[in-house]
Amino acid sequence: MGNVGLQLLWYFLHILLSIWHSILAIRCFIESCFITCGVLEKYKSLNIAKLRYLAIVIESEDAHQTSKVVKLLQWLDSIGVKNVCLYDMNGVLKKSKEAIFGKLKNAKPIEEVNEAVTLHVPEHMTLEFVSYADGKEAMVKAANFIFVENLKRQNFGGEIDGQVISEPLLNEALKVVGCKGPEPDLLLVYGPVRSHLGFPAWRIRYTEIVHMGSLNFLRYGSLIKAIYDFTKVHQNYGT
Amino acid sequence: MDFFMVNPRHFKISDIALINDGCEQTNGVFEKLIYLIKKCVLHALSIGPIPIHVAFIMDGNRRYAKKNNLVEGSGYKAGFFSLISMLNLCYELGVRYVTIFAFSIDNFKRCPEETRFLMDLMKEKIESLIMDENNESINIANRFGMRVHFVGDLKLLDKPLRLAAKRIMEATVNNSRVVLSICVAYNSTLEILHSLEECCEEKCDEIRVLDESGSGYGLIKIRRDYLKEYDDSMCLINLEDVERNMYMAIAPCPNILIRTSGENRLSNFLLWQSTFCYLYSPFVLWPDFGFWHFVWAILNYQRSCFYLDKKRKQL
Repeated sequence: MGNVGLQLLWYFLHILLSIWHSILAIRCFIESCFITCGVLEKYKSLNIAKLRYLAIVIESEDAHQTSKVVKLLQWLDSIGVKNVCLYDMNGVLKKSKEAIFGKLKNAKPIEEVNEAVTLHVPEHMTLEFVSYADGKEAMVKAANFIFVENLKRQNFGGEIDGQVISEPLLNEALKVVGCKGPEPDLLLVYGPVRSHLGFPAWRIRYTEIVHMGSLNFLRYGSLIKAIYDFTKVHQNYGT
Repeated sequence: MDFFMVNPRHFKISDIALINDGCEQTNGVFEKLIYLIKKCVLHALSIGPIPIHVAFIMDGNRRYAKKNNLVEGSGYKAGFFSLISMLNLCYELGVRYVTIFAFSIDNFKRCPEETRFLMDLMKEKIESLIMDENNESINIANRFGMRVHFVGDLKLLDKPLRLAAKRIMEATVNNSRVVLSICVAYNSTLEILHSLEECCEEKCDEIRVLDESGSGYGLIKIRRDYLKEYDDSMCLINLEDVERNMYMAIAPCPNILIRTSGENRLSNFLLWQSTFCYLYSPFVLWPDFGFWHFVWAILNYQRSCFYLDKKRKQL
């Protein structure tokens, strides 16, 4: 009897939580509509200069919806956000690269951009495609690279010494193994849960992580709000 | 263990009112009713999935002091009571690992007076976990069955704090009910760099042993195999090596990471370990984070954990 009571209480608590999430979802929807229609003045001008690099995490099952991904990128392009990193765990977006570039008029892959990505003149979008393999596995490859280079420097002979690994050294090694992108300022998560799902850990030290909900409920107004809220954030960086 | 067993007076209550829900035994009928309701809610929560590892970024102590017009430093003291309250709740719920971000490497950039205050406060509170103010050894940590680990570059701490940390780690080494990891002089960048250095050092040691054996499987083999340019097949160090050398290898990856004060970033905390972690950022300031906030966090976790478990298994 006690257990039944506790189970009912558990269901009741979760019903309360679901009601709360529904209220939040309705509020977000209404706010998004107002923003899209231009009713809310403050969202009309965004200080985009603060957002130098944007990352987007997409649930892999939703990432097959290339048209939605393209729509999102087109919105970002129109807002003025030109440097975007697209991540999904299973690499679905990497496989859809050609289709995505085919539908965007002025986008280039990060591999073709020579200067520091965040400094380039914003005539075109720069897109980076990342998956789980570019996170921990890339770090392991970088470690092996550093180790072998250290041995080479010591000419593979004599008494071999360990390696002091600094941040710049690791950054260089990560570039060698193919991890070129900078740290994003903002990371938008399009999925059921707020989690970065393995986005390269080295790159999200001070990144603002915002949950946008499922890609199926993609809304322009919500995107504007997320970017606007980001531009208002002040970070102490520990001080 | 009774849910409300910890008397906060053992931790030198400051002159501000204690605001943590349920850390004080009360006698009124209404208070007893609230107590019973909270106990039922906690038992009800246990019906759903409970996180094995909860991590906290205890943000908002300074803002709390400012909001309540308190002297500087009082926010941290109030924050400590929140911490004890949360440890209580985690213990009652069956959480096995708790990790807290007590002091970041970046926090050394704060003014020396504040840094000094925080170091002294940490030392005082660490010692209070194993001794009460009347010098009776009640050993709260042992009563919880709590093993305490300090995670980070402890060489950056001053000697009294370092010694206090060493004492509590030794005093609690045999406990196994709960593991409390206190991240101090820590950030993920440092943790990853340290782990990679340790991996390289281990590999050097292995190669030396192989060379000394004269078997030809040490440097000679590497020279033969790797004189060409680096490629992906050069796998002397693997993922297990890197994870084993992480500071946080003592605990599984966190299931939920709670950062109070509504901030949306991880600030270089548990970046490597938070791949499938539910990130929860309530607006409440850390000293105000109490029973109902914790319950709400766990309910949100229970709503999210099936999806995250599914993603974890896909790897």
